[in-house]
Amino acid sequence: MNELLSLLTSPNTQWVLAGSSLLGFASGLIGSFVLLKKQSLIGDAMAHATLPGVCLAFLIFGVKSIPLFLIGAATTGLIATYCIQAIVKHSRIKTDASIGVVLSVFFGLGIMLLTYITKHAKGNQSGLEDFIFGQAAAMVKSDIQVIAVGSLLIIILSSLFFKEFKISIFDPNYARGIGLPVSVFNLVLMALVVGVVVVGIQMVGVVLIAALLITPPLAARYWTDQLGRMGVIAGIFGAISGVTGTLISTAGEGLPTGPLIVLCASLIFVLSLLFGASKGIIVKAVRQT
Amino acid sequence: MKAIEIQNLAVTYERQPVLENVNFTIPEGTLTGIIGPNGAGKSTLIKSILHLIPRLSGDVVVYGKPYKKQRNLIGYVPQRSEVDWDFPTNALDVVLMGRYGHIGWIRRPNKKEIQFAYECLEKVGMKEFANRQISQLSGGQQQRVFLARALAQDAQIYFMDEPFAGVDAATEKAIMKLLQEWREQGKTVLVVHHDLQTVKDYFDHCLLLNKTPVDYGPTESVFTLDNLERTYGGAISFLGNSPILTQGG
Repeated sequence: MNELLSLLTSPNTQWVLAGSSLLGFASGLIGSFVLLKKQSLIGDAMAHATLPGVCLAFLIFGVKSIPLFLIGAATTGLIATYCIQAIVKHSRIKTDASIGVVLSVFFGLGIMLLTYITKHAKGNQSGLEDFIFGQAAAMVKSDIQVIAVGSLLIIILSSLFFKEFKISIFDPNYARGIGLPVSVFNLVLMALVVGVVVVGIQMVGVVLIAALLITPPLAARYWTDQLGRMGVIAGIFGAISGVTGTLISTAGEGLPTGPLIVLCASLIFVLSLLFGASKGIIVKAVRQT
Repeated sequence: MKAIEIQNLAVTYERQPVLENVNFTIPEGTLTGIIGPNGAGKSTLIKSILHLIPRLSGDVVVYGKPYKKQRNLIGYVPQRSEVDWDFPTNALDVVLMGRYGHIGWIRRPNKKEIQFAYECLEKVGMKEFANRQISQLSGGQQQRVFLARALAQDAQIYFMDEPFAGVDAATEKAIMKLLQEWREQGKTVLVVHHDLQTVKDYFDHCLLLNKTPVDYGPTESVFTLDNLERTYGGAISFLGNSPILTQGG
C-alpha cells in the first residue's frame, strides 16, 4: 500500500497518469467516430504499419529520438492506409482482404527490421522492442508531454468539428448536398486516427493500440443512444483503462503496458455488455419480462 | 420562371453510359414525378444533378446561376435505405441536421434552432417521437423524420428519392400534404416515383426517363400509354384509368 502511495505521489508517475488518461480519452472519442464509420479495422492495420516506420527512422538517423520515430510511424501508417484504399479502388479485392494483406505486409516488414536492429550493435539499447507492446515505465517526461499535448489537440479538434463529423458519417450524401466538404472531413478523421496511433504506440504498442480505439466506444454504445454522450463515455472508459493499465504496469515487474490497458478496456466492455443501461443484455432481458 | 435547367448531362459507370443527353427545364412551383423502369437512372439523375456523383458532362443551372453557387436553395431527401438507422441519434437530432447549413461550421444549434426543429417534427405528426432513438421508429416514421429535416432546411427546390417506398398510408398522406403545401409556396419539387397508378393524382409534371428523357411536361400531356410504352419497352397496359406494368419493368 505504501509502495502504491509513494508511486502515486512521484511526479513522474503523475505525468504518466496524465498522459495515459488523455490518450485513453482521445482514442475513445475518435474511436466512436471510427466505429460508426465502420473503419475500425483500418485503424488496426494503420497501427501495425507504424512499426516499420519507427524502425526505418532509427536505421536512417541512428539515434533514439521520439519525434523522429513518430514522424516515421506516421509516414508508413499513412502509406498503409493509402494502400488499403488504392487496392480496393483499383482491383476486385474487398476492404477486409485488402486490410489483411496490407497489415501483414507492413507488420512483417516491421518485425524483420526490428530483428535486424536488435541483432546489431547499439540496437539492443534502442528500446525499440517496447514499441510492440508498449512500456510506460520506460518513458521519460518529454515522451509523456508529446502524448499529452497530442491527445489534447485531438480532443479539441474532434469536439470543435463534432457536428460536422456526425453528419458526414451518418448521412454523407446529405452532408455533401448542404455543401459540406465530406471528403475533407474523412481525411481529417483519418489524420486524427493516425494522430492517436502515433502518439499512443510508445505507451500501448503497435499491436494493441487499435483495441483502445475500438473497445471503449463499443462499450459506450451499451450505455447511450446519443453520439455526444457515447463519445464522452468512450473517452472516460478509455481514460480509466489507460490509467489502470499504466499503474499496474509501472508497479508490477516490468509488465508490458499495452496488454494491461487493453485487458482493462475489455473488462469494461464485458461489464457494459451485461449491465449497460441502454442495450445491456440484462436490461434488455428485464424489459422483456 | 425557370427553377432548374439541366444541359447536356451525361453519367457513365465503369465506361457504360447510365445517363446520356439529358436536357430539360423545370419551371418554378411545379411538382414533378421522375418515372422510369428499374435501372433507368432515376436516382443517378438526382445524385448527378446534386453533384454527389461525378458527371461525364453537363451543367446544372439553378435560378440562372451555376448549381455550386445556389446550393443553399436546394434540399435533398435521400432514400431511407441510404443511412444507418442504428446510428446513435434521435429524431430531433436528425431534424436539426437540416439546420446545419444555416448554423455554419463549428457552432452548435441554439434554442431557436431547436424550437424550429420541434415545429418541423410537429408538422409531420412526429413531435412526440422527438427523443426516440431512430432505430426504434417504423419505416414510415423514419421517412417523416427525413421530411421534417427537409422542412427544417427551408429550401426552394427539393429533390426526393422514392419517399413513398415502403411507407404506411398515413405517411403517404403526410408527404403529399407537405408537397402540395410546398408547391403553393412557390417551391419546386422533384420526386423519384415508382408507383404508376398514383402519378396522375400526385404530380402536375412528369419526367419519363430511360437513360435519357423520353418526355417531359405537364402530366396530362406526357403521361400517355404511348409514352409509357416507349419508356418501359412495351410492358404497359391500362386498367381503367391507371396504367399498370404487365411484365418486367
